[in-house]
Amino acid sequence: MTELKLTNVSKRYGNNVEVLRDINLEINQGELVVFVGPSGCGKSTLLRMIAGLEKISGGTLEIDGVRVNDFPPSLRGIAMVFQSYALYPHMTVRENMAFALKIAKKSKAEIKEAIDNVARILQLEPYLDRLPKALSGGQRQRVAIGRSIVRDPKVYLFDEPLSNLDAALRVATRLEIAQLKEQMPDSTMVYVTHDQVEAMTLADRIVVLADQSIAQVGAPLALYERPNNEFVAQFIGSPAMNLLSGTISATGPQTTIRLDSGGTARSNVPSSAAMQGAAVNVGVRPEDFSLGDANAIADSGSAAALFSGQVDITEALGEVTLLYLPAENGRIIVKLPGIHQGLRGQNIALYADPAKVHIFLAGQSLLTYKDHA
Amino acid sequence: MRVRSSNKAMGSFVGQRPALSWAVHLSMLFIVFLWLFPTVGLFISSFRTADQISSSGWWSSLSTQEQQRSPIRITGTETQDKGLYVVVGKLFSSEAVVLRAWGTSSKRPNEYQPGATAQLKRGRSLTIDADGRYRFTAQQSQAGKRLPRVFTTASSPPEFTFRNYDYILFQGDNSDSMAKAFLNTFTVTIPATIIPILFAAFAAYALAWMEFPGRSILIAAVVALLVVPLQLALIPLLKFHNEIGIGKGYLGVWLAHTGFGLPLAIYLLRNYMVSLPRDIIENARVDGATDFQIFTRIILPLSFPALASFAIFQFLWVWNDLLVARVFLIDASGQTTVMTNQIVELLGTRGGNWEILATAAFVSIVVPLLVFFVMQKYLVRGLLAGSVK
Ligand SMILES: Nc1ncnc2c1ncn2[C@@H]1O[C@H](COP(=O)(O)OP(=O)(O)O)[C@@H](O)[C@H]1O
Ligand SMILES: [Mg+2]
Repeated sequence: MTELKLTNVSKRYGNNVEVLRDINLEINQGELVVFVGPSGCGKSTLLRMIAGLEKISGGTLEIDGVRVNDFPPSLRGIAMVFQSYALYPHMTVRENMAFALKIAKKSKAEIKEAIDNVARILQLEPYLDRLPKALSGGQRQRVAIGRSIVRDPKVYLFDEPLSNLDAALRVATRLEIAQLKEQMPDSTMVYVTHDQVEAMTLADRIVVLADQSIAQVGAPLALYERPNNEFVAQFIGSPAMNLLSGTISATGPQTTIRLDSGGTARSNVPSSAAMQGAAVNVGVRPEDFSLGDANAIADSGSAAALFSGQVDITEALGEVTLLYLPAENGRIIVKLPGIHQGLRGQNIALYADPAKVHIFLAGQSLLTYKDHA
Repeated sequence: MRVRSSNKAMGSFVGQRPALSWAVHLSMLFIVFLWLFPTVGLFISSFRTADQISSSGWWSSLSTQEQQRSPIRITGTETQDKGLYVVVGKLFSSEAVVLRAWGTSSKRPNEYQPGATAQLKRGRSLTIDADGRYRFTAQQSQAGKRLPRVFTTASSPPEFTFRNYDYILFQGDNSDSMAKAFLNTFTVTIPATIIPILFAAFAAYALAWMEFPGRSILIAAVVALLVVPLQLALIPLLKFHNEIGIGKGYLGVWLAHTGFGLPLAIYLLRNYMVSLPRDIIENARVDGATDFQIFTRIILPLSFPALASFAIFQFLWVWNDLLVARVFLIDASGQTTVMTNQIVELLGTRGGNWEILATAAFVSIVVPLLVFFVMQKYLVRGLLAGSVK
């Protein structure tokens, strides 16, 4: 069942500053959808439009089948958790959680029951009578989440809820949120972050925002394995996917690309005969490279190397080793599992499984490429 | 090399801090002294008699003083005792004064010790004890004659009196009384503090957090009004009050103080409220609070330091105000006089009576002092608001 539906939603500030356009998105009940994108791409703006804190400049927003464009936040059935937690500093934890319920004129007994219940789930019982300033960052975060849960909203909105926490706490709280979601399978959540690890681990579906609109929507692994465009390909995954320019030299169910750097790439992405000679970018994730002997590049045929060069820098992280090879624009990054010593300064050849080689034509994946001409 | 130089820089920085804090402490001490000296002086003077004030400074009144006193003439009723004509009496009214030395001639004021007997001309003699009791004897009746003067050096312990306060506050029938003016000043000050805060808080919230057309123009107008001198408005406003029938009176002075205080109040409170985190207010909005609920339940409690600090300013300014009270309140009947006005009148009628003036002045500053000490925490917090997170 569709809980949240955005149709052609856009946002302008004044007359000329367009922040978002043509946002089309459906979010189902019980889903946890994560908005990711680089800083300033409009994630918070989109979330705040859903919340009703920001006017919707164009398009329609429906919650539970009702058009809510002109509803005030309180009538939309949403609850929001702010990055800064936004706890009321002069109220105790209990009062913070009771605020919305008191405004809604709920009975004392009802309020108490709701708060006690949530406090138990979030282990906030010992802190109910404290002021926010007497809580640690993680506890404040839990109060902010608890405050939204007591209202029992249709949709939860989170705006970078973990970004004010330190690294260790961030991981712990991320797991808590994942657990919480499991305890409330029917609640719909929209979660904004710029951190792709949070996005990959928490999301049922990820919405990648870029360039004022949605770059791709999909399950985390779908985005990883089949990015629609170069932006998503490079945004998801760390380190980012390598892109090498080349021209298509053979088409068919498999595509062969002659790279400008001299290597040859072979991909399982099919191509039509019309694409022969088209200029494309080949994308290979750092972890999809395998090493070979540099001299093998001379051979043509199945053993042809994708890229060869001299290792410039190595970074040993223990579980992986990163190799950097200078290329015509920037560096090729290779991620090898385990520890590899003595590779620095060596000439190496890089190979990749054709199933893991992506092809982008004019920035779009060849898998989904539609000719706009 | 770099490390060492930065170390050195740090060392000298740390080294400067004690010097800096000493300078701060010394200037604090200076300011405290500057403030304390006249205040304490006024306080002590208000408990002294006119004589004490004219004969010594207030700083000497705290310890036992030995000083030469003005000459006292022996007086009393004459009795006969064993053929002698005797006059007995006491030189000092206070028991605590102790005679150190005395004389009967201005050339030798310390000629005799206490208890000694001075033989005077024409068979007269005078004995004075340390406590000031004297016994004067003469062969002939002294009726119609002038008895001798006594020069004394006496030590007196600190001595204070409540008579000034009694006179200023509790003798309701005299025209020097401050009691009525004191009450009148309260009648002016309390509403003139509360009304502008009430209006300003609402206005500040709207200007800070509500979207409406013309908001920024209104804010600019408030800032512009800050720099308009109030003297400009005195005459037109008084004419206006007369025309709409308010005339001179409490209502008029409340309205005037409200009007003159509002720009600063709105400006200060708006600046404070704008600095409150936007997220908190938006969260309240998501929680379903109306603007009025946000104002009363979130903004007002969080703005308490700013409200308190403005209240202190407005209270002190209205309390010390003479001009606005003269123009809008005080009429010919004098029934609505305030303390500042009363002090001005006292200066005219009792200019020489420092003890009265000091007492009146202290009565008028005691309330501001109390307000200041009770509220100083909020004053400091309100002034620093926004600068320290
Ligand atoms: N009031 C405003 N007027 C004009 N531009 C704005 C305003 N608020 C935000 N923006 C712009 O909207 C864009 C999106 O902001 P935001 O949604 O906060 O980004 P983020 O994805 O980092 O959360 C930013 O480029 C910002 O400059
Ligand atoms: Mg943001």
